Amino acid sequence: MNIPDLAEKWTGSVSTVTLGATAEGGGTRTSTVKLGGAKALPFLACDGDVGNRPAIAVEIWDIPPADWPQPLTEAYGDVFADAGKWTKKAVEYGAEAICLRLQGAHPDFGNRSPQQCAETVKAVLGAVGVPLVIWGPGVDEKDNEIMPAVSAAARGENCLLGTAREKNYRTLVAVCLADKHKLIAESPLDINIAKQVNILCSDAGYGLEDIVIFPTTGALGYGIEYVYSIQERGLLAGLGGDKLLGQPIICDVGAEAWRAKEAKAPPFACVTNETRGQWGIQWEAATATVLLQAGAGMLIMRHPTAIQLIRQTIDRLLKASC
Amino acid sequence: MYIIGERINGMFVNVKEAIRNREAKVIQDLALAQMAAGASALDVNVGPAVSDAKGAMIWLVETIRQVTDAPLSIDTAKWDVMSTVIPMITGEKIINSSKADPEIAGRCVKLAVEHGAGMIGLTIDANGVPGNVDGRVALGAQIITIAMEGGLDMNKLFVDPIILPVNVAPTIPNQCIQSMSQLRMFADPPPHLVIGLSNLSQKCSNRQLINRTYLAMAIAHGLDAAILDPLDRELMEVVATAELLMGKSIYCDAFLEAALNRQTPK
Repeated sequence: MNIPDLAEKWTGSVSTVTLGATAEGGGTRTSTVKLGGAKALPFLACDGDVGNRPAIAVEIWDIPPADWPQPLTEAYGDVFADAGKWTKKAVEYGAEAICLRLQGAHPDFGNRSPQQCAETVKAVLGAVGVPLVIWGPGVDEKDNEIMPAVSAAARGENCLLGTAREKNYRTLVAVCLADKHKLIAESPLDINIAKQVNILCSDAGYGLEDIVIFPTTGALGYGIEYVYSIQERGLLAGLGGDKLLGQPIICDVGAEAWRAKEAKAPPFACVTNETRGQWGIQWEAATATVLLQAGAGMLIMRHPTAIQLIRQTIDRLLKASC
Repeated sequence: MYIIGERINGMFVNVKEAIRNREAKVIQDLALAQMAAGASALDVNVGPAVSDAKGAMIWLVETIRQVTDAPLSIDTAKWDVMSTVIPMITGEKIINSSKADPEIAGRCVKLAVEHGAGMIGLTIDANGVPGNVDGRVALGAQIITIAMEGGLDMNKLFVDPIILPVNVAPTIPNQCIQSMSQLRMFADPPPHLVIGLSNLSQKCSNRQLINRTYLAMAIAHGLDAAILDPLDRELMEVVATAELLMGKSIYCDAFLEAALNRQTPK
């Protein structure tokens, strides 16, 4: 008796988004990163092509963070004040991409000008050869004010710029089209809005195949189950043929995980001085591990040890095919 | 939903004239318009009382293929036309249609398998159209069995439970719907279910209202293919909305646009 083939066959797939432009592509990057491309559920190689290896982008700020927990200041404290040096150190730790968060441009945290942001972008691009993700402060008017200059400063490097949101996407779409960057489309843990933002960007002329979806991230203990279910629903729809949900997913792991009190100051009797520093690292790694299973294509992370743990986790998951 | 556009049919005056005078543009415009409106395939029918049916069908196929490689549903009752034309077609094609009698269905399945074609099987046999749900289901099961035995994949088989006009056959629309749910249980995965929607409202008033109401009802009972007019925008909107309501797609505010106006990137 023939045992039937139980492999799940999907009619759709996750699109492939390439970040970074080498000299061949008109840029100065020394490497590129490919996201997405899966034709099967995460790591289920028995069903089909699991796509590109989930990538890790290390988070850098354009200003020194005022109150990052000690494990993070231990890793990077000496270079916080210089985005270029900080970027270099991150790459030395093994980053395959950098995520520059323009926190200093936020009206409450420095309100840096478009020119200042553009200078930082140039400094980061000059310091390393890996692809760059550039994330605005997330305030509509401020994003629209700085992202054109930021986009122009990175023209030709095929960066990933964020974020386009339902009520504020036109400026970013326009500059990404003009300067040929990829785009992060953000939605607030709402799959209907995720689809709608993609339609809006597409109607404004931006290609669906150049979009990366940011469905919003919540850390372990802070809504990760809901994040997981939304990410997975979107992924299932994309694999099922929905071209408006078949884009690679980016997760903001480091920022969310290190906000948790468990990461900064775990309030448990069992915690000792020796173990306290491990909590944030493990919280970040656990959050990332969970979201890998929900199809994360790119993880934005902070701590080098957490990053190493996740690299090893991805190695093991990719090797363990059926 | 797998939508087979019905407009290239010689019973329509414009198509009849185009066939008679070999006016390619009329046919090609209809082909492109139906595909742009969201059709998955194009039905091709020379219409009644054409002196050289085979020649006309070949001309239609070649004319359409000049502008699109959309799947073609070859709509003829004449075996000599079907068996000549199906092998000639490049790209995807569907045999429209075969009755349920074993010899007829058997040779159609063979033709389909030999040429990688799909097949629409009708729940009619030498005894005519069944008078009840059980009769339709029995003939449908017969078609499915013959297809399986002949090596035709269920995803290439379309079973048609024969819809009749509601004005002359008032109990048939309900019977068809009852048949659909049952027919899906005969194979896993099940074959497609298809109907010729426009038959339902032949010579009735409010044709489009009847058509789109029934289409929504049928989708709820498992209909996943239909021969219909994709240029009827309201009808296409009902397809998109009914499928949304059956959980086949995820809602977004622009759900109609998402379903209807997007060219799939190739």
